Amino acid sequence: MLKVSDLNVYYGESHILRNVDMTVHPGKMVCLIGRNGVGKTTLLKSIMGLLKPRSGSIELTGIPILGKSPDQRARMGIGYVPQGREVIPRLTVKENLILGMEALPDRKSKTQDIPDEIFDLFPVLKTMLWRLGGDLSGGQQQQLAIARALMGRPRLLVLDEPTEGIQPSIILEIEAAVRRIVATTGVSVLLVEQHLHFVRQADWYYAMQKGGIVASGSTRELSNEVVQRFLAV
Amino acid sequence: MLSGLLDGIFSGISIGSVLLLAALGLAIVFGLMGVINMAHGELMMLGAYTTFMVQNVFKSFGGAWFELYIFFALIAAFVVTALFGLVLERGVIRYLYGRPLETLLATWGVSLILQQFVRSVSWVLVIGIVLFCLLFFGALKLLSRRPDFDRIRNWVIAIMLPLSAAIALVTGIVVGQVYKLTVTKPWFGAQNVDVTAPKWLRGGLPIGGFQLSYVRIFIMVLTIACVVAIYLFLNRSTWGLRMRSVTQNRSMSACLGIPTQKVDALTFAIGSGLAGIAGCAVSLLGSVGPNTGQNYIVDTFMVVVVGGVGKLVGSIVAALVIGTTTYLIGSGVLANLLAPIQPLADFFTFFATTSMAKVLVFALIIVFLQFRPAGLFPQKGRTVDA
Repeated sequence: MLKVSDLNVYYGESHILRNVDMTVHPGKMVCLIGRNGVGKTTLLKSIMGLLKPRSGSIELTGIPILGKSPDQRARMGIGYVPQGREVIPRLTVKENLILGMEALPDRKSKTQDIPDEIFDLFPVLKTMLWRLGGDLSGGQQQQLAIARALMGRPRLLVLDEPTEGIQPSIILEIEAAVRRIVATTGVSVLLVEQHLHFVRQADWYYAMQKGGIVASGSTRELSNEVVQRFLAV
Repeated sequence: MLSGLLDGIFSGISIGSVLLLAALGLAIVFGLMGVINMAHGELMMLGAYTTFMVQNVFKSFGGAWFELYIFFALIAAFVVTALFGLVLERGVIRYLYGRPLETLLATWGVSLILQQFVRSVSWVLVIGIVLFCLLFFGALKLLSRRPDFDRIRNWVIAIMLPLSAAIALVTGIVVGQVYKLTVTKPWFGAQNVDVTAPKWLRGGLPIGGFQLSYVRIFIMVLTIACVVAIYLFLNRSTWGLRMRSVTQNRSMSACLGIPTQKVDALTFAIGSGLAGIAGCAVSLLGSVGPNTGQNYIVDTFMVVVVGGVGKLVGSIVAALVIGTTTYLIGSGVLANLLAPIQPLADFFTFFATTSMAKVLVFALIIVFLQFRPAGLFPQKGRTVDA
């Protein structure tokens, strides 16, 4: 599905990502772990096209996407839920959801209706369709951001710390929703996460340190020792 | 007494509607996109000159055609300024998003260029510019088909730019030498030009003791139509939704699959087109010159800022309030009303000229902004501070 090879990204002259290789297989959930500042978000932003790598390649289903702009990548099937949610603040929840449909490749099928699956996943959204996105709480915004990404029926869902700063009960809800999404739609997921319980839901993990991938493997083999080395402060 | 006040309110609203029409485009370009467009006034002037040209064309048709020219002029003014806005956005503004100071300087430069352009535009100049664009961009287009274009791009520009400029210059000089004054005579020159209103817009509607001229009524109707059209476009159409999204969060909108560059170009083009319509309207009020835009630019920014940046309804209220206040003070109505209270009456008599009224209104606005820095209708909600 997604193949990142030998990626190098710089902020100005500082070298952030060093020769990163990573693969997300179709229908799999891959989790990226590591401490703050090791380049996880930078990697996701490079995949989305918000940052321009200096060298390396990124392929989506075999098609190189480095030359494409973020909106083209979104329409190729990457759904992005950024860190900090980035809900459009002065649009209603409904308008935010409708904007999610911008990523649908054929423009004819666009309607103004929100499919019921979205409300099955996130019932809370149904009651606040006419509220402004910016007025929702953090947890509600997070659910809205995931729902919005799903509206474009992505083939690859990219989630950047979906549980950051959110109360435990909502974390469980979001976790369950993501699991259901993978089970029902067969979408591939690339997840950045610090929350260990969530990490263990994934099929595969990559651990990052100092801008490079230092370990990877099946999450079933994700031992406490690995967690100690790459996550513990 | 009462009729005097009524007069004041009618005239104030009519002044306000001119202000609003002029500010509407800016409310989009500055209010929504955050681009400080100092060339907005010059875009209006461009619209006014377009009206003048359309009028001349229709004059030659004569008769009933001339009576209807204003509608064609409105469309032409919108199209011409929107296209110019498009070129401006693609050529200058898009490199400067998020850098207000640079945009301010760049658009001010554009406004100066435009002013001089209408003074000196002649067939030779037009031929030269068209030739240059054809040669330069044509060559770029042709060469961009080559596979190694990215590598040679800078070289191509370095060679083609002076080459096309030289060819265009020489052609211009030769054409000028051969045909002399027929092609080198400026179209408009530095003098003001006059737009004649069609017959049905002359005269006025008597209301009570005074006349409300048809031109003013026409502008009011035009303003209402524009406001309604913009409101519907922004809030009901798909492109309007995209526009509001991009102006609030550019990078996230791109990640959702919205073609942000197209949206930016369209937004700027519509804002510019509205300036063209405003220019068409003000050309009916008086003669039009290269400096026409300068008279409006300050007023329009004032309307947008007082109303609250990014709020259409704010611009509407602010335009009406500023228009009415200016008229009430400037025409001396307020001074007459307050005649019983001698010191106040003296005070307002002092300000009872057009320019002094403006001084007082400015002072009032400065005081107002001390208390409401975000304008009449500030953005609300938990996102404002973020």
